[in-house]
Amino acid sequence: MEAFFSVLDADFFSATLRLTTPLLFATLGGILNERAGVINIGLEGTMLMAALIGVFGAWFSGSAWFGLFTGILIGGLIAWIHAFVSISLKANQIVSGAAINLIGVGLSSFLIRIVFGLKDQQRVVPHFEPVSVPYLSDIPLIGPILFQQHSLVYVALLLVPIMWVILFRTRWGLMITSVGEHPEASATVGINPLRTRYIAVILSGALAGAGGAFLSLGQLHFFQDEMVAGRGFIALAAVIFARWNPVGALIACLIFGGADALQFRGQAAGLAVPHQFMLMFPYVLTLAILVVVGGKSQGPAAIGQPYSKG
Amino acid sequence: MSVGPDAIRTRAIKVAKSTSLSLTAIGLALLVSAVLILLAGFNPLIAYAALLKGAFGDSFAIGNTLARTTPLIFTGLAVAFAFRCNLLNIGAEGQLYAGALASVVVGIFVTGLPTPLHIMLAIAAGFAAGAMWGGLAGLMKSQRGINEIVSTIMLNFVAIFFVSYMVQGPIAEPPGFFHQTAQVATTARLPIIAPKSDLSIGILIAVGCAIFIAYLLWRTPFGLRLRTVGRSEGAARFAGIPVNRFMFGAMSISGGLAGLAGTVEIIGSQYRLLDFFSPGYGFDGIAVAFLGRSDPIGVIFAAFLFAALRIGANQMQRTTGLPTSLVLVIQGTVILFILGAGILQWYRQRQQEKGA
Repeated sequence: MEAFFSVLDADFFSATLRLTTPLLFATLGGILNERAGVINIGLEGTMLMAALIGVFGAWFSGSAWFGLFTGILIGGLIAWIHAFVSISLKANQIVSGAAINLIGVGLSSFLIRIVFGLKDQQRVVPHFEPVSVPYLSDIPLIGPILFQQHSLVYVALLLVPIMWVILFRTRWGLMITSVGEHPEASATVGINPLRTRYIAVILSGALAGAGGAFLSLGQLHFFQDEMVAGRGFIALAAVIFARWNPVGALIACLIFGGADALQFRGQAAGLAVPHQFMLMFPYVLTLAILVVVGGKSQGPAAIGQPYSKG
Repeated sequence: MSVGPDAIRTRAIKVAKSTSLSLTAIGLALLVSAVLILLAGFNPLIAYAALLKGAFGDSFAIGNTLARTTPLIFTGLAVAFAFRCNLLNIGAEGQLYAGALASVVVGIFVTGLPTPLHIMLAIAAGFAAGAMWGGLAGLMKSQRGINEIVSTIMLNFVAIFFVSYMVQGPIAEPPGFFHQTAQVATTARLPIIAPKSDLSIGILIAVGCAIFIAYLLWRTPFGLRLRTVGRSEGAARFAGIPVNRFMFGAMSISGGLAGLAGTVEIIGSQYRLLDFFSPGYGFDGIAVAFLGRSDPIGVIFAAFLFAALRIGANQMQRTTGLPTSLVLVIQGTVILFILGAGILQWYRQRQQEKGA
C-alpha cells in the first residue's frame, strides 16, 4: 500500500493531466456527434491524420500553432466525409468509421515516408512547450501539476464548461440533443436535422483533430506510425462513461488518463498489481456501471439511425 | 423455404449486381491510389504489377496470401453473422484474442493426446472462448439493453490487456525474457498444405465454416428466425420468436467464429501467443464483412482480396520503394466507394427537390 501511495506524487498528477488532454478533446467531440445521433468509430483514424498533418503544418510554416490549426482543419474535413456518407447517403456509420480508420492508418504512414523520406521520418518539428504561469507555478504541489502545462491542456479544460453551457443552456445545444433523440419531431418544430447533424459531426472531427495534433506537437514532437495507439477507441468508451455529459467527460478522461499514467509509474516502481490490470480497470468499471444502470437510460435514442425526410 | 427457379434467378441478379458494384469500387480505389502513387513520384503500373506478383507470382506467394486469408474469413464471418441478426459486433478483435488464448493453453498444457484429437480440442477451446466473450456482449444486450457496439469496444480492451498479462506472467515461456508463450505441442498443429509456406489446412476449415454458416442462415429454421430478428425485431416478437435468446445466440456464435480466427493463427501458423499479435484482423473483419455483403461466400472473396493486397504490398515495397501502408488506403477507399454507391440516388433526389 505504501508503495502504491509513493507513486501518487506531483509527477503522477502532472502526467495524468497531460495524458488526459488528447482524450478529452476527442471525448468532447464524441459527445457532440453522438448527442446529434451519429456514431463515429473513425475518431482513431481522424486523430492519426491530424497528428500527421499537424506535423506537416508545423514543419512547413515553422509554427506549432499553425500546425495545430491544420490538424484541426483536417479533422473537420475527414469528419465531413463521415457526415456526408452517414447523413446524406444514409450508409452504415460503423462501416464508414472503419473505412476512415483504415485510410487514416494507411495514408498517414504512407505520407510521412513520402514527404519526409524513409530516413527522416521522425523529424522533430516546431512544437509546444509547457508554459509556466507566473507566480502560480511556484505553489508547492499544485503549481507543477496545474500551472506548468502546455497551453492546450488549459484549452481542453476550458472546453469542458464551455461545452456544458452550449449543450445545456443554449438553443443550439438543445437542437443537437433533439435531433439525436427524435429527428422527426425536431423537424416538425422547424429544426433542420440534417444540417444540425452535419455541424455536430464536423465540429467533433475538429476537436478530435486538436487531440491528434496535441499528441504529435505537444507530446512526441514528431510523427510515428499508429501513434494514437487506440485513443480514438478509448474516447468512445469515455463518451459512454461520461454519459454524454462534458463534465462526465472530464472525470472519465481523468480516470482513463490516470490509469495510463499509473501503469507507467507502477511498472517503474514495481507495484504488485500487474500494469495490464490498471489499464483494464477503466473499461471494466465502465462495463460495470453500464450493467448496473442498464441500457434504458443510455444515450441518444436515434443514435446510428439515418434521418430521412418523411 | 422454397427454392424455385424464380428464387434462384432473383438471387443470381442480386449477386451479379453487388459483385459488379464491388468490382467498380475496387477499380475506382485502384485509380485513386494510382493518382497518389503518381503524386509520390512513382509509376503506378510498375507498382501494381509488383503487387500482383507479390500476391500471386508463384505457389509460395499464393500460399502466403491464402494463409493470410484464413483469419480474415473467420473475423469477416463473425461480423457478417451478427449483422444478419442486426447486431454490430465490433468486438471480433477481442474475441480473437480470447480464442487464441484458449487454444494456446490447450496446445501447450494438454499433452498426450493423438494429433486429430488434440487439434479438435484446441479448436473447440478457441471457439468456446470466443463465444463466451461474444456471448457476454450478447447477454448484456439481451438482459440489460446495453448496445453491443459499446460493450464490444470495452471487451476488446479487456481481452487484449488480459492476454498481455497472461503472456508476460502466468503462461510466459520460461524463463520469461520475452512477452510470449512456449510453442504449442506438435500434436496440436494443423497440417501444412504447401511446403515452406504458412498455409495450413486452416484455410479449408475457414471455407468449410463459411459454407456451413451460409447453410445455417438460409437453409435452416434457425437461420430464418435469426434473419427475421435481424430484419425486424418487432415482427420477430410478433411471430413469437424469442428475440433476446436469438441475440444472445447470434453474438455467441459470432464471437466463436472470431475466436477461431485466433485459433487458426495459433495452431496454423504462429504456434505461440505473443501480446498484441493481431494486426487488426478483428477490425478488418468489419470491412471484409461489408465488402462481402454479409454473405458468407462473399466474405471468402473479400477476405482473399484484403489478404492479397497485404501480401502483395511487401513485393511492391521491395520493387518500387512505395510504403506497404498504401494498400490500407486502397482497402479503405474500396469501402468508402461502396458506401458511396448511394451517391447517384442522393444526387437525383436532390435535383428533384430543387426542381420541385
